[in-house]
Amino acid sequence: MTRRFFLRVSSATLLAAPLFPPLPVLAGTSWRFLNETESATVVALCERIIPADADPGATWAGVVQFIDRKLAGYYHRYQQLYRLGLRGIHQSSLALYNKSFVELLDVQQDELLHKLEANQAPGDIWKQVSAAAFFDRLVDHTMQGFYGGPRHGGNRDAVSWHMLNLPTAPVRSRRPLTAPWSPNPNVPSV
Amino acid sequence: MSLKHVNVVVIGSGAGGGVVAKELSEAGLDVVLLERGRWITPDQDRKDDLRNQRTTVLGPSCGPDEEKEPRVFVFPDGREQVVWPADGNYNNNAACVGGGTVSYGAMAWRYMAQDFRMKSIYGVPAGSTLDDWPITYDDLEPFYEKAEIEIGVSGDVEPNPFKAPRRRPLPMPPLPDSHETQILKPAAQRLGWHPFHIPMLRNTVPYNGRPGCMRCRWCCGFSCECDAKNGTQNTVIRTALASGHCELRTHCIVAEIILDAKGRAKAVDYFDGGNRRQTQTADLVVVSGGAIESARLLLNSRSALFPQGLGNRFDWVGRNLQGHAYSGAFGLFDHDVYDDLGPGAEIAICDFNHGNPGLTGGMLLANEFCRLPYQVANMAPPGTPRWGKAHKDYMRTWFRRSMVIMGPSQEMPVFDSRVQADPKVKDAWGIPVARLSGMDHPHNLELCKFASDKAELWLKEAGAIQVTRRQKTQSWLSGGQHQAGTCRMGNDPKTSVVDKHCKLHDVDNVFVADASVHVTNGGFNPVLTIMANAYRTADYIKRSWKTGGLA
Repeated sequence: MTRRFFLRVSSATLLAAPLFPPLPVLAGTSWRFLNETESATVVALCERIIPADADPGATWAGVVQFIDRKLAGYYHRYQQLYRLGLRGIHQSSLALYNKSFVELLDVQQDELLHKLEANQAPGDIWKQVSAAAFFDRLVDHTMQGFYGGPRHGGNRDAVSWHMLNLPTAPVRSRRPLTAPWSPNPNVPSV
Repeated sequence: MSLKHVNVVVIGSGAGGGVVAKELSEAGLDVVLLERGRWITPDQDRKDDLRNQRTTVLGPSCGPDEEKEPRVFVFPDGREQVVWPADGNYNNNAACVGGGTVSYGAMAWRYMAQDFRMKSIYGVPAGSTLDDWPITYDDLEPFYEKAEIEIGVSGDVEPNPFKAPRRRPLPMPPLPDSHETQILKPAAQRLGWHPFHIPMLRNTVPYNGRPGCMRCRWCCGFSCECDAKNGTQNTVIRTALASGHCELRTHCIVAEIILDAKGRAKAVDYFDGGNRRQTQTADLVVVSGGAIESARLLLNSRSALFPQGLGNRFDWVGRNLQGHAYSGAFGLFDHDVYDDLGPGAEIAICDFNHGNPGLTGGMLLANEFCRLPYQVANMAPPGTPRWGKAHKDYMRTWFRRSMVIMGPSQEMPVFDSRVQADPKVKDAWGIPVARLSGMDHPHNLELCKFASDKAELWLKEAGAIQVTRRQKTQSWLSGGQHQAGTCRMGNDPKTSVVDKHCKLHDVDNVFVADASVHVTNGGFNPVLTIMANAYRTADYIKRSWKTGGLA
């Protein structure tokens, strides 16, 4: 299996403007739960959790799509946690650096996340929701969206499985393997 | 319009219920098999690594319903929480035709002879209700053999000198040695141990009209897309349905067992797929819902004769809930040990099931089923950062260079580890839910430490450069997929629920055929023992049957 060459995106390019520039992976996305600002922040957060290097990171893999889709669906019970947590991130970022999270340098973002993890991030939102609990959930969701199967919206093109040198599951039929051929009414004939 | 009377209602189509339904319907009795879940056919397998019976972050794939069937979990400090199937504290197994046998890893162990005589051999640890079974291994042996042949077991147990005596070899050969086996087998032998191929309820060659294993890496927790993994749904239940004497009704939630004035069961009340309450009359009832649901059903079946629940005169229904405490170790190697072919678990030792100085019982140890990427993301050794480039480096470096050895410690049963019917919380049909409370026995933690000690030794001998123990260190209620013990077998009605034929002491026509009846649960996955015991119970019923009921 040959490695594909992935465009390395430098963080400086990423953070040139206050609004997050649309990457190919985000073009045409209609968010189901997150608003534009929230989605940009989630993209930046996940990229620190699984950054791009020689292999793609969370942004390229579309982890934010996984999170957004699940928050509108199976993970609706985490909606409030994300709403508050992302506001908390904004508060902490302003308190520490006087900028929003997406405007920070990598090292600043990492510093903030370490504080979050240690439950020492500034901001009164963190009295309503535990910073460490939010970060913990975010890390787990990022791992799911990066290393889990692509059907849920993340792990675009099974990029993490290629990274681990794994063959992807074959495309297979839905009919029993021992069934004799018969016309499938669901498949339009070419 | 009332339902036509039948000879037998079997409640639950898992490892036990499927076997009993087939045995009795083949003998000509009319059987209704009630199952709360649905049929899962091979072409429905989803291979969803985030939604299956092993990784439930997006829910369990093989039931039960996530919005209709809660339970209540009581924490050690007394706090109660309503829990749902994806929560660990729900202690789920599965709910579908075939039950856990659709998605299990399919290890097919016979218990050892000593597992039936734990009290006589070891004495009773303080605080435990450890006891002997009222039957011996020899009583069960012919039925173990029957299960191995009819349901289909592969492997090679000849090199295991500790196994209980057997008359015939396994009907199917083992898989070829995997990459892990090629490393772990000689390592175990160098340590003076006796490794062998795990017996598995999995076709390795075409058998019973279905193909051999396709060697995918998505086995344990998933239904099998090529139908090579053997469960009751693709073996005995198919036979039962083909007999013409068995009707399977899915999406049926049993509410209670109804008694007549003489104290015999006369009917089973359930909610059908359209949520209509139905009454199915029968001569005989077999309860096979699994240790938690079977106990719950008996406790919810109250009457003037049994105000505390059916067969529960002495408050032993729901008691002694046990499972298996898994412990072992995770090893990293300086070379690839990865194998493209599954199912992963293949090589085991039984050197430490019994005779461990200072310990009561023990456990088998074996390598683990294949670990998918998201699972490995959560297995980094302590000290590894959980995020960032360092975690990505861990995945890239070690995903193909890791092995896991684990074993199910035989648990010491505890009276207050129990299932009750919750006084307040009800499911979507208005039936009181299962309430789980209690703690496992402290000795279990000593066994877990021992398991991790041996697993660590094995991995180091195999060449692991770093080993992380995966050791249970906190006492906690145990049940889960190996749940057992809640309707234990015994000769004394004051300290057991069913007799040695698995018939309720107090009710002549109600049997329990699942792991509820296990007095102890071995240091082994329990499913083959459940199946064997179900064959034995059905055999007793067949021999005792006269028209209209038991002799």
